[in-house]
Amino acid sequence: MAIMRMRDALREALREEMLRDERVFLLGEDIGLYGGSYAVTKGLLEEFGEERVRDTPIAESAIVGIGIGAAMGGMHPMVEIMTINFSFLALDQIVNNAAKLLHMSNGQINVPLVIRMASGGGSQLAATHSHSLEGLYAHFPGLKVVCPSTPADAKGLLKRAFRDENTVIFIEHTANYGLRGEVPDDPDFLIEFGVANVVREGTDVTLVGYSGSVHQAVRAAELLEQQEEISAEVIDLRTLRPLDIDTVVASVKKTNRAVIVEDAWRFGGFGGELAAQIMERAFDWLDAPVARVACKDVPLPYNRNLEFHALPSEEDVVEAVLGMFKE
Amino acid sequence: MTTDVRSDLMRELGAEQLGRFLYQMVLIRIFEERCGELYTRGKIRGFLHLYTGQEACAVGSISCLEERDKILTHYRDHGHALARGLDPNRVMAELFGKATGVAGGRGGSMHLYDAEKGFLGGYAIVAAHLPLAVGLGVAAQMRREDFVTLCIFGDGSVGEGEFHEALNMAVLWNTPTVFFCENNLYGMGVPFKASLSTEIPKLAAAYNMPAVSVDGMDVLAVYEATREAVAHARAGKGPYFIEAMTYRYRGHSMADPELYRLKDEIEEAKRRDCIERLKGQMMEAGMLDEAGFADIEARARRVVDEAVEFAEQSPQPALDTLFDHLYKE
Ligand SMILES: Cc1ncc(C[n+]2csc(CCOP(=O)(O)OP(=O)(O)O)c2C)c(N)n1
Ligand SMILES: [Mg+2]
Repeated sequence: MAIMRMRDALREALREEMLRDERVFLLGEDIGLYGGSYAVTKGLLEEFGEERVRDTPIAESAIVGIGIGAAMGGMHPMVEIMTINFSFLALDQIVNNAAKLLHMSNGQINVPLVIRMASGGGSQLAATHSHSLEGLYAHFPGLKVVCPSTPADAKGLLKRAFRDENTVIFIEHTANYGLRGEVPDDPDFLIEFGVANVVREGTDVTLVGYSGSVHQAVRAAELLEQQEEISAEVIDLRTLRPLDIDTVVASVKKTNRAVIVEDAWRFGGFGGELAAQIMERAFDWLDAPVARVACKDVPLPYNRNLEFHALPSEEDVVEAVLGMFKE
Repeated sequence: MTTDVRSDLMRELGAEQLGRFLYQMVLIRIFEERCGELYTRGKIRGFLHLYTGQEACAVGSISCLEERDKILTHYRDHGHALARGLDPNRVMAELFGKATGVAGGRGGSMHLYDAEKGFLGGYAIVAAHLPLAVGLGVAAQMRREDFVTLCIFGDGSVGEGEFHEALNMAVLWNTPTVFFCENNLYGMGVPFKASLSTEIPKLAAAYNMPAVSVDGMDVLAVYEATREAVAHARAGKGPYFIEAMTYRYRGHSMADPELYRLKDEIEEAKRRDCIERLKGQMMEAGMLDEAGFADIEARARRVVDEAVEFAEQSPQPALDTLFDHLYKE
């Protein structure tokens, strides 16, 4: 075990997988000479050389398409899309080629590809640069969507992504890159997809989050305990597809209340899907309607006060929970 | 029929190889005409884009490939599939949506595949497969394999960003990719002159890629150019661009009322028909007679008849296979 930041844990995962499997190579904008926009790939060009760490032109669609083609040709590439905001330019490649080739070809062609992207608001980058699209990618059958919240999970899940024969969308919250935590150094440390993590046990309410929102949920749980004597269970989904709904449902059946916390917009968001599934499977156990704490339905403004007013906060989570206990 | 200057190439290829070209073009022609009929009878559904008129492009280019080479093409893909030697029975079955189809009935006309034959798909999003072809080239380089990827697309692709992104990166990374543009003068109903401010080979040249324009109604011209391009790519000299000037006899798809062109234009193109041309050249060279040609036609017709029969008799995919191949274990 070593204490490290999430960006270092991610780099460790990439490095170990590159050493393990020569099919693994990296391509993306500024991942080489520059060292990666969030320094995840720093030093890898020096260690592995230009053939396996490739700086590309600014051409998201082609970068992802080349990754898909290379995967079809027997490689296991990792494409870094600088931030998730630019993945709109590659959406067709991801949705129409990566997600569908296996099914459309009746099992003949698979696309073992890892697409990493940085996501999330809260950095005063304004509306074009502050998206949270985990739920968007989770919408497409054929993709797997992973969104770690801790350094250890980041490493174990990213390593697991390279053991997958399918395309994995790997989403990293920018606020988490500097987060420190214990990370196993076993080169075979893997975290299975579709296994949620009960971060904190509790009895009165279940808070469900993923990526950045897990930390809000945890802070909210602490506040609830200290100030309101409410015991909150916190679940980190870790992967949205496959989704570990069983763990969520089991928790809700115990606590009888659920609050979903996410950075993404509320309207049409992943939280709505989750709320529906909880309702379908645990309706009779619910003491209150499932609540959603999410981003307000507005493009994120640059101004710090406005931005934080739009984004969900731990106070919003606390308020949502208290609302469930009224009457 | 005018005397052709291709006698050297014809001698080199010989009667047998030329006969194969002719047979394949005739097979595609008859197959496609039958598809048109089957569509009006409701046996084939969805979008159907016929390839009649363009046969020389598929046959001339694909004949230059080795078994280990890869092909990516667009949605007008029956001709390419047949030229690559995909089983006509299974291609027709795919059009019928049957379980025995080359994609088990999941792909349909626009998405034919046979990975074992290096036929990595018809792609129905214009220009979306061009980056994939570059990626396959990267894989070939990194795996130290010497396969070449032939990437076929229409003139409509040149307006897409991915066209430019892919050409640029293919040159930057020197990938073994042959870009083959079938310029049939239209992208649906838009004349290519109305959608491009320059000429297609100039686009490739602008990215420092060798580019030629050839007569796509002449299978020998297509063959000669592609052979050169494939040798270039295989030798590690990087990508190569071919524009083949061709013409589609039918509408864009079965839904096309063809309001954008005149009958005269179609008739004029038919006077340059690729099958008639090779047939004439071979007869002139004493490599073929009318009986020989009739035999080719009869053979092709039998294959198409059998394919229709096979498709008719094949089972529908079972409903419980719906979720098959969603993820690979
Ligand atoms: C990205 C995208 N935009 C639009 C379409 C609809 N569409 C299908 S075929 C076509 C014309 C393409 O023409 P061209 O590339 O010249 O090929 P051709 O049909 O002539 O063989 C269009 C606009 C599409 N399939 N994909
Ligand atoms: Mg066209």
